[in-house]
Amino acid sequence: MSGRFVRLAESARQAVTIRVDGKPVQALLGDSVMVAVLTAGGHLRESEFGDGHRAGFCLMGACQDCWVWTADGERLRACSTPLTEGMDISTRQPETTWPDHA
Amino acid sequence: MAGPRVIIIGAGPAGVRCAETLVAAGIRPTIIDEGRRDGGQIYRRQPDNFTRSYSTLYGTEAAKAAVLHSCFDALRERVDYLPETLVWNISERVVYALRLGKLVELPFDALVLCTGATDRLMPVKGWNFAGTYSLGGAQVALKSQACAIGRRTAFIGTGPLLYLVAAQYLKAGAGVAAVLDTSPWSLRLAALPKLLAMPRALFNGMALTLALRRAGVPMYNGVTPLEITGSGEGGVSGLSFKDARGQAHSLACDAVALGYHLRPETQLADLARCEFQFDAATRQWLPRIDPDGRSSVHGVYLAGDGARILGANAAEASGRLAALAVLKDSGHPVETDVVDGQRRILARLERFAQGLRQSFPWPAHFAANLPDDAVVCRCEAVTVGELRRVVAQTGATESNRAKAFSRVGMGRCQGRYCGNAAAEIIAHAADVPIDQVGRLRGQAPVKPLPIAIAEDGA
Repeated sequence: MSGRFVRLAESARQAVTIRVDGKPVQALLGDSVMVAVLTAGGHLRESEFGDGHRAGFCLMGACQDCWVWTADGERLRACSTPLTEGMDISTRQPETTWPDHA
Repeated sequence: MAGPRVIIIGAGPAGVRCAETLVAAGIRPTIIDEGRRDGGQIYRRQPDNFTRSYSTLYGTEAAKAAVLHSCFDALRERVDYLPETLVWNISERVVYALRLGKLVELPFDALVLCTGATDRLMPVKGWNFAGTYSLGGAQVALKSQACAIGRRTAFIGTGPLLYLVAAQYLKAGAGVAAVLDTSPWSLRLAALPKLLAMPRALFNGMALTLALRRAGVPMYNGVTPLEITGSGEGGVSGLSFKDARGQAHSLACDAVALGYHLRPETQLADLARCEFQFDAATRQWLPRIDPDGRSSVHGVYLAGDGARILGANAAEASGRLAALAVLKDSGHPVETDVVDGQRRILARLERFAQGLRQSFPWPAHFAANLPDDAVVCRCEAVTVGELRRVVAQTGATESNRAKAFSRVGMGRCQGRYCGNAAAEIIAHAADVPIDQVGRLRGQAPVKPLPIAIAEDGA
């Protein structure tokens, strides 16, 4: 789908390119990661409980619904993280491998 | 002399006025804030390269926002300010925080919690679909990022924020599908004498409603939400509700902003071992404080919406009062006239807040009618039916016990968005009074911490 969020103003900012799930996405300097991802697409992550896509909820760092991941597996809270040029974001949670203590 | 070590948590209106009052008395407080900039949620600042004016951002509150921001700017050299710092625990007069990826420990003699509020939520079937946001979240998108949460947003719930955010969306050029208030209009009339304690705020609220009506936005009072329709993949596609006469309606929208006034963020007060008491008027548990914000724990104070939902003006007054209490308790001279003046301001605002509570009540009765397949815990997609089953089968009628069996309140939001509703669902299912259900205990860390963090100086 096209973007979920709609820009209403402040569109004269410097353009920044990031990658989301491997594809280039045009965003603007000053965007949160959440806005960058959701002006281009419809979701931030999958619910791990099988009820579909999630796109955040509170936008003030309280609900933790907006987690995304970087290519190195770091978890970001998308609503409170400003984007930086060249960010490589994944909407899919990296596979977890548990250390084998057997 | 070295003054007491004072830590203020939160840099919204309460925290800033608290700091200002302490600095004026020669104390250098530490201000810890999770935000990148001061202002809190209400006076949240936009990023540096945004250019909208104060008037565009804050509307009728523009002058107050500008004054508070410049107050903070003037304090910067006289306080230790730690932005982007998450306090995750409080124990034995030490604040534990995460700052720039490192754990830091900050001992204190006095702690002022100015932790603010989040939206108070009642589930509606389908609220877990992408595109449903809290009302406050919908406002943050606009205020902080100049975005709307969708092309056509339906606003549903109750409280002053419902009209404020819908009107802000309209003014900014966003599509507003409808404004649906669960509170009947008659309650606002009945509350008029109390609302007149703040005539200007009342007038501003009426002007917002009028602006929405003039723009032809469909507006209903006394509604019952039925369902947010959509799909797990595509997210929200519509909303259905019953009007005050019981007539069902449905409308198309790609976003829903949902909220039922506010709830205080009290986890840190809980970790600081403050006593709580049940507040029958709002049907929630609040930290017990004296008129100046002293909690039951010596040296721990509360101010702003994190203690009581009284709004931003009251937050400024209660922030000052908490600072004056800190000063008095640490042996500084405090003029009683100053204290009395702030208390009088607070009393007037308390009356107005009572009017708002009466006008826009928490719809506790909705909990009984939620369908079993509605999700109550968005974090882990636990349904209302599952919570009811747990209550019926295990006899768990206390919040924390029901949480242990059902996982409602155990997810990543730690009960912030399900806790109030879950308590109502439990109370109804078990047929016990809401105060007997108790409250979810705050747990450290109050927000999830990344796994890879280092101890400072290690």
